Amino acid sequence: MSEKIVEMKSITKKFPNILANDHIDLQLRKGEVCALLGENGAGKSTLMKILYGLYHADEGQILIRGQAANIDSPKDAIASGIGMVHQHFALDDKLTAVENLILGTKQARILLDMKGAKKEVIDLSKKFGLEVDPDSKVYQLSEGMKQRIEILKTLLRGAQILIFDEPTAVLTPLETRDLFKTIRALVSQGHAIVFISHHLEEVLSISDRIVVLRNGKVVGEKRAEETNEAELAQMMVGREIEEVSRLKGRKAAQPVLEISGLCALNDKKLEAVKNVSLSVRKGEIVSVAGVSGNGQKELTEVILGMRKATSGKVVINGKDVTNKSTKTIIQQKLGCIAEDRIGWGLLMDLPIAENLILGLHRSSKLSTKTPVANFLKTQEIKQYTQQLLTRFDIRGTDVSAPVKLLSGGNLQKIILARVLSQEPEILLASQPTRGLDVGATEYVHKLLLELRDKGIGVLLVSEDLEEILTLSDTIAVMFRGEIVGTLSAESATSEQLGLMMAGIKQPEGTKQ
Amino acid sequence: MMQAELISFGFIIAMAAASIRIATSLMYATLGEMLTERSGILNLGIEGLMILGAMTAFITTYATHSLELGVIATILVGVAEGLIMSLVYGRIGTNQHVWGVAFTIANFGLAYFVYRLYFGGTAGSLSIITPYAPVRIPILADIPILGPILFEQYAYTYVAIILFVVFAIVFKYTIWGLIITVVGDNPAVADTAGISVYRTRYVAVTLGAIFMALGGSFLSIAQFNAFLFEIVAGRGWIAIALVTIGNWKPMRCLFAAIFFGFIDALQLRLQALGISEITLAGTAVTIPFQLFLALPYVLTILFLLIASRRADYPTALLTPYRREE
Amino acid sequence: MLRRALLPVRALVATFLVGAIPVMAAGANPLTAYYLMAAGSLGDMIAITEVFVRAAPLMMTGLAIAVAFRAKFWNIGAEGQLYAGAILGTLVAVNFPELPFWIHIPFMIVAGMIGGALCALPGILKIKLKVGDVVTTLMLNFIMVIFTSYLVQNVLKDPFTRWPQSPPITESATYPILIPFTRFHLGIVIALFFALVVGYGLIEYTALGYEIKAVGSNEIASRLAGINPTALTIKTAIISGSFAGLAGIGEVAGIRHHLIATLSPVPIGYGLTGVVIAVMSGLSPLWVVVVAFLFSIIINGSQTMSRLTGVPIFLGEIFQGLALGFSLLFLFLDQYRIRRVR
Repeated sequence: MSEKIVEMKSITKKFPNILANDHIDLQLRKGEVCALLGENGAGKSTLMKILYGLYHADEGQILIRGQAANIDSPKDAIASGIGMVHQHFALDDKLTAVENLILGTKQARILLDMKGAKKEVIDLSKKFGLEVDPDSKVYQLSEGMKQRIEILKTLLRGAQILIFDEPTAVLTPLETRDLFKTIRALVSQGHAIVFISHHLEEVLSISDRIVVLRNGKVVGEKRAEETNEAELAQMMVGREIEEVSRLKGRKAAQPVLEISGLCALNDKKLEAVKNVSLSVRKGEIVSVAGVSGNGQKELTEVILGMRKATSGKVVINGKDVTNKSTKTIIQQKLGCIAEDRIGWGLLMDLPIAENLILGLHRSSKLSTKTPVANFLKTQEIKQYTQQLLTRFDIRGTDVSAPVKLLSGGNLQKIILARVLSQEPEILLASQPTRGLDVGATEYVHKLLLELRDKGIGVLLVSEDLEEILTLSDTIAVMFRGEIVGTLSAESATSEQLGLMMAGIKQPEGTKQ
Repeated sequence: MMQAELISFGFIIAMAAASIRIATSLMYATLGEMLTERSGILNLGIEGLMILGAMTAFITTYATHSLELGVIATILVGVAEGLIMSLVYGRIGTNQHVWGVAFTIANFGLAYFVYRLYFGGTAGSLSIITPYAPVRIPILADIPILGPILFEQYAYTYVAIILFVVFAIVFKYTIWGLIITVVGDNPAVADTAGISVYRTRYVAVTLGAIFMALGGSFLSIAQFNAFLFEIVAGRGWIAIALVTIGNWKPMRCLFAAIFFGFIDALQLRLQALGISEITLAGTAVTIPFQLFLALPYVLTILFLLIASRRADYPTALLTPYRREE
Repeated sequence: MLRRALLPVRALVATFLVGAIPVMAAGANPLTAYYLMAAGSLGDMIAITEVFVRAAPLMMTGLAIAVAFRAKFWNIGAEGQLYAGAILGTLVAVNFPELPFWIHIPFMIVAGMIGGALCALPGILKIKLKVGDVVTTLMLNFIMVIFTSYLVQNVLKDPFTRWPQSPPITESATYPILIPFTRFHLGIVIALFFALVVGYGLIEYTALGYEIKAVGSNEIASRLAGINPTALTIKTAIISGSFAGLAGIGEVAGIRHHLIATLSPVPIGYGLTGVVIAVMSGLSPLWVVVVAFLFSIIINGSQTMSRLTGVPIFLGEIFQGLALGFSLLFLFLDQYRIRRVR
């Protein structure tokens, strides 16, 4: 056993709705790769953010090289030799690699010593297999190259302990291989590495020790050679998920939403959606399960007409809406509860009533068409919105109050009220209960089941396994842009799903 | 017959020299705004600062008979205004364009108010001073062609060009330039690198304000010898455009300013010569002088249309920075 | 709603407080100065009608900008649109003498609105470029003034005088005076109608007004609800520009009876004052009318005040700058307070 370099003792961190870290103990050792495994919300990111000074722990202590450390900000963390390679690179795209690297390093004197900096960069990069052209402009580089710059940045600042947050999510298999070479080189030089991931195969391949977190607690610690994927998946996902008895949906024959062979690129021009095919029938809840960042965002954006599909089709009620305008798609009776509820769903400057009529403001129910203009029927609007408030149990306020004064749960209800009042035939719900408390979550689940029973097709995108198992009729698991398997909910087990979500494809037998 | 004069050698040299001379106030304004925008702030108060600078320089010089004191007073005013502006743009950060309009309106009012207060409502007589004279640099001015163009300018002009060169060096070769650039492109990245986004912006905005005020002062104590109400004539607004046309790079902004100085000089010359007709390929085309007056503004819009794809603007321009804790 | 009502009041109070400093620096008593401002513009019947006369273009540009800003279309070019409307309207006003006034005047008004709208359209560059709306509309301010100056010295020159002005508009296109022996003209009623009925009606009661508010508040959410933001921006530019154009033709048809290049005061024209008015009114058409009258009183009264106290007349411009600044400051503080509370 090599020397302990970081000791986190009894770290506890509470957020308003959730206990993110519950008395967690963690040790990091020199020359060792320690993987932090767990689903989203398990607490791994929070724990590392505390180590890096981005969050403050409510309880607990951090020891670095045996000394108690007070890490109040990233600056302190960097001074203690901790470096973090973020998921979203903190680089200025318009500058060159070496310019990015100079910032905040010891190299920074008034007159930039470009030659000296370049030499230092090249030397360092050779040492660890992080070759990158110092004069290249960052925006031209591949994700793998950009990551190398991030790694070099931490090394230039003297990092002994490197935290990698989901580093392989944006890499090609080749780049992943190179990254692992780098990690091994770092380890051989005595660095301590933390590898945060939900990709089981990779974790097993690169780590020495694996710590599994679930619901804010450490549920197990194993050496890589002593365990296997199945065991890890089980630890990640747990056996606590009760088989909730729910009424089976009455599935109609015809699909209301059909996606076939859909492909799309993400903002960085990489393939994010790879040949995805799904169908949702009337009265059916189909879930797309998977950890965020595996292409779900891009998938929903394509369905909504906010992102271009490079190939494939999206068909709603028999009508091909691929790459059509959002307006056309909405007109096909597609409703949407977006992942970024407020950012995509609310008009924060306006009163509640005006939020509730968004989308319906030109309907004959709420407006009168005249040759001059469409006039809003104010009385009807007031009545209608008041009814909605009652129906969705939003109390203590009036339709003319500004919406921004409402609590988070009530804001969610406003969005639901608005979307559902438009009577969609197909509902796209993306992480609908994220950040909600138990009561609000139950409310949303009840609502979704009601919709299904009424014959509406629901496409639920979620990373919450419990939610998926509770609500779905059919489950499709998405990993790295592909659907790795589709199961019927009755026959799915949480272990299976856990494995699929972590990238382990299932043997043919279970595919529907 | 006027045509011959147009293409005489002497004419070209005189035009070149005039372009640089007339562009001087634009140079300062553009430099100031370029610096400010590189740090991510859009300051639409240039015109207001210029008129304030013009007034300050003029009245100070008039009262103290010292041109140098006029310059110093202008710099002080620039600092004061700059600090207020950086507080607003940096800490409030939202609605930057509208704040810029507010500053412009207030500064115009202030400048005219103080001028009228000092000189009273004396109609008819215009107070004047003895302005700066161009400084001829001995040996260099004797170089054929380049000499009279470059080395018989005002001290203001020499300083302006030197400043542009200095900033070109700063942005390319120093850490300060890098810091400003990153703050303007991606404040979050700058923050994680331990750079103070607020402090960088305060410096950029305040320095920018000093330059803008100086640009105005050039008009009243060098190019002209009085403070006329229309003395700035929209140069402050043009500077905003010039920064875009110069793609936020120092030397390009300098050339953009000189080019617009050329347009201005050409228009003045044509007006002075009474030319309103030019023969192009055998046919007489009437070109009204107003076309030249409008040219800077038209060119701006055209350039914006063309450059909207390639515009290299600081990515975080106009985005107020709040550190999410 | 209450907050909206308070904003102009708070900003006004702050302006008067801070504005007292230059007054005192000029050696006068602020209370006297303010009193004289009011007395100067409200002293007698004629003065009061003059307040209305000046308020008309102010409320139109204020309205134009209020509508634009609601959609986050930063129209700083109301000045240019004013002149554009004046130009097109004058072309109609000068050229159809045979038409009866009840056809000619509406025709002229429509022309004015079209002119203003066309001048505002280039602002849709904002879709492609961050400051596309600001810089474009701003540049057009200058282009239009220069163009007007060109027109009245060349193509549209009055053959009968040396003044740089257009030929006089025909009798049938002139706004009738509604109160004898004053300059109170039809355009004032038209402006009030547009602000109180059309502007207010548009924003509060029509689907389009709603969409303007929605897109200004959250473009993505609006898109997801089936609104087309690009189309909306175009419509906003057209509406905003046409209101400003109406201000322009109003000045020609009601006061000047010729097109001239100085329809709008210098250095701060109706276009820029419109920004002050719009923001101070909290972008509400009803309050725009109130604030327009307020500034009309200030601007008109400044002359009397200046003459009798020796305080330079430019106090009015300082007030405008301060009023806009304080409005923005209070808007910011309100937001900040709400964020703190949540």
